[in-house]
Amino acid sequence: MTGPLLRLTGLTKAYPGVIANSGVSLDIAPGEIHALLGENGAGKSTLVKTIYGLVKPDEGTMEWRGAPYAPAEPSEARRTGVAMVFQHFSLFDALDVAENVALGMEDPPPMRALATRIREVSQAYGLPLDPARIVGDLSAGERQRVEIVRCLLQDPRLLIMDEPTSVLTPQEVAILFETLRKLKSEGTSILYISHKLEEIRTLCDTATILRGGRVVGSCIPGETTARAMAETMVGSALQAPERASRPEGPVALEVSDLTAASPRPFGTALREVALTIRAGEILGIAGVAGNGQDELLLALSGEMTTAPGTILMGGTDCSRAGPAARREAGLLCAPEERMGHAAAPDMSLTENAFLTGETRQRLSRRGFADWAGARAFAARVIEAFDVRTPGPGTAARALSGGNLQKFLIGREILQAPKVLVVNQPTWGVDAAAAAAIRQALLDLAAGGAAVIVVSQDLDELMEVSDRMAALTGGRLSAPVPAQGLTVERIGLMLGGAHDMEAAHAPAREGAA
Amino acid sequence: MLGSIDPLLLLASLMVAATPILFAAIGELVVERAGVLNLGVEGMMITGAICGFIVAVQTGSPWIGFAAAALGGAVLAALFGLLTQYLLSNQVATGLALTLFGLGLASLLGQDWAGIRAPRVPDLPLGPLSDLPILGPVLFRHDPMVYLGLALCLAVWVVLTRTRAGLILRAVGENHDSAHALGYRVRAVRMAAILFGGACAGLGGAYLSLVRVPQWTDGITAGAGWIALAIVVFASWRPGRLVIGAYLFGGVAQLQLNLQAAGARVPVELLSMSPYLATILVLVLLSSGRAPGSLGRSFHAAR
Repeated sequence: MTGPLLRLTGLTKAYPGVIANSGVSLDIAPGEIHALLGENGAGKSTLVKTIYGLVKPDEGTMEWRGAPYAPAEPSEARRTGVAMVFQHFSLFDALDVAENVALGMEDPPPMRALATRIREVSQAYGLPLDPARIVGDLSAGERQRVEIVRCLLQDPRLLIMDEPTSVLTPQEVAILFETLRKLKSEGTSILYISHKLEEIRTLCDTATILRGGRVVGSCIPGETTARAMAETMVGSALQAPERASRPEGPVALEVSDLTAASPRPFGTALREVALTIRAGEILGIAGVAGNGQDELLLALSGEMTTAPGTILMGGTDCSRAGPAARREAGLLCAPEERMGHAAAPDMSLTENAFLTGETRQRLSRRGFADWAGARAFAARVIEAFDVRTPGPGTAARALSGGNLQKFLIGREILQAPKVLVVNQPTWGVDAAAAAAIRQALLDLAAGGAAVIVVSQDLDELMEVSDRMAALTGGRLSAPVPAQGLTVERIGLMLGGAHDMEAAHAPAREGAA
Repeated sequence: MLGSIDPLLLLASLMVAATPILFAAIGELVVERAGVLNLGVEGMMITGAICGFIVAVQTGSPWIGFAAAALGGAVLAALFGLLTQYLLSNQVATGLALTLFGLGLASLLGQDWAGIRAPRVPDLPLGPLSDLPILGPVLFRHDPMVYLGLALCLAVWVVLTRTRAGLILRAVGENHDSAHALGYRVRAVRMAAILFGGACAGLGGAYLSLVRVPQWTDGITAGAGWIALAIVVFASWRPGRLVIGAYLFGGVAQLQLNLQAAGARVPVELLSMSPYLATILVLVLLSSGRAPGSLGRSFHAAR
């Protein structure tokens, strides 16, 4: 077959006050993996929702194999051969895998036959799934398998994936890519949305870049650099974070022999974790999520108290102190989960600023909240960290991921911490905001604070860290200077490439 | 003293006592499974009670009365649906208002209807079954509405667990954002569930005014709608347990009435309390379920 599978011509969609798409045209060839790139708010989601029939364009046309294509609703798109894996999974926790799959199909076979087909298809693509399991009990990677298998059962000609790897471990990403390549070899086209430019370079055949709802460029990702793509997305040259050389300060935080069970079910216990960090230093902690990162953060923030003498802050023991006392002493934390942990989603930015800023910013007097002070503090964070929002009265939920993260990190930084601990500071954040957050962390350290960055993103850690350690299975390796460290070396620190492969293979057989 | 209570009669009247709550509860179960919390059950029940009563007396046919009761309950439910699903008003506040509104409306409509007897509802002729010893009088000498209530519970169970329509309804109640993303019409599904719930509550109310009492008095439902709501929760949103809960409540309510009549030396207040205590206790011991994920949350496509 010649000609594109899907051709979009001049698609325009405006919402009150925002033009989400303006004259977007692109072609997707059969058997092609096509990347769709852009900052948060560039119009990627609106565009794929248009293709999937969830949004009706104001102007423009779509052609499917040369014939006009204008799906009125998703079921029509599915009948045509378009399937979509959503960024925020469209799954139902209380239902089992087979029921979840059936809900995404046009004419599902009877449940028993469906369960058999789920087993077959999931085996064939290396994504083992048990149709009878309740989805609420599955890991993020397994949940995505449910979404993908749901799509595959319909034999799609075009598979849309909206940020599929943002919640996956590197091993799961590797499995996913194998599946996608297999699909491609069978002639299925894939429209792939991601912020992770290196992934796009290894996976995608072509890329279309959106900015402000318009197509601003297209390229062959394998033949360009991540930096060039990022600059096209942002529309200006990216500022690489600058590091000033810093004199070594006194020891700011000392953790020794920290062993603690996880307070969560299925959590990872911390085992004999020890680290020392000096003022003005950034310590990077690498590792795949679920290896004790959350527990380490809980132990440091004071949400989980540990044995006496395990955490010393400037020489004083604070292992038994709660979060407020630690904040008072200058130990601040920014946890990974933005909604519900770092921020209360339905409360305003002012209220969220008050919640952690109360102690150090003196935002309450004799039990009364100083709302004027809290508002001014929130406004300072918004101003200093370029948070795009109408004002401090906006609910945290209304901010995009990147903007909220800038606000949350900024909220801690402006409280002048002596020690700041951040977990996955740029998770799900677009390139420009990520660069701003990293620069802010470097500036904070240059100002004499000690910073601990916990992250899965090795490139990020290499960029900001002075020293790096790896956290695997609840154990922390001895920190080594980051200068001159290669990704391969860190891989070995993380338990070695061999272990990664080993973890990979039984995971597939085990669940079979 | 207990000798004066006929166990067969007690068991037989248990089924009658449980039926109004069974109707209201199975309707509310479907509504809540679709993710909507309608606290207006009491108001819809009593509206159904008066609509059914007036129409039955006017036409002389209890069946037309029941149909009118279902319609009356559904109309009130449609008001709730319009407010909560389209105008996105708060479900709890709207439901409470609906109860107050329904009580007032029924009072107004029923002003000239007190003291009139309703046309009799004949028993369903079940032939030889009703002549069986013991089982006959207990199970097979009732009016058709008793059996319709049970059949409705069975039908709801089958639809919820065995059919695609039921799966979609549960999906909408579990996560309306996901259901919308997959292209299901969240509001349409919920409106249908709300109307069904209103019709069922209306039938339950009319059963009180046409069979159980059977005449119109102000405040005839006397909190039955609230019991139905509680039973749905304590039954963990499962139809089978709901039947147990409704029958248990009906049974203890009937028993305590008989005990009162028999002059038991237990304070009347304690006896009147007993059905509520017993039902809640048993269903708490049974309950293990979890509420539908989107229960009570307003759905707006853009958010």
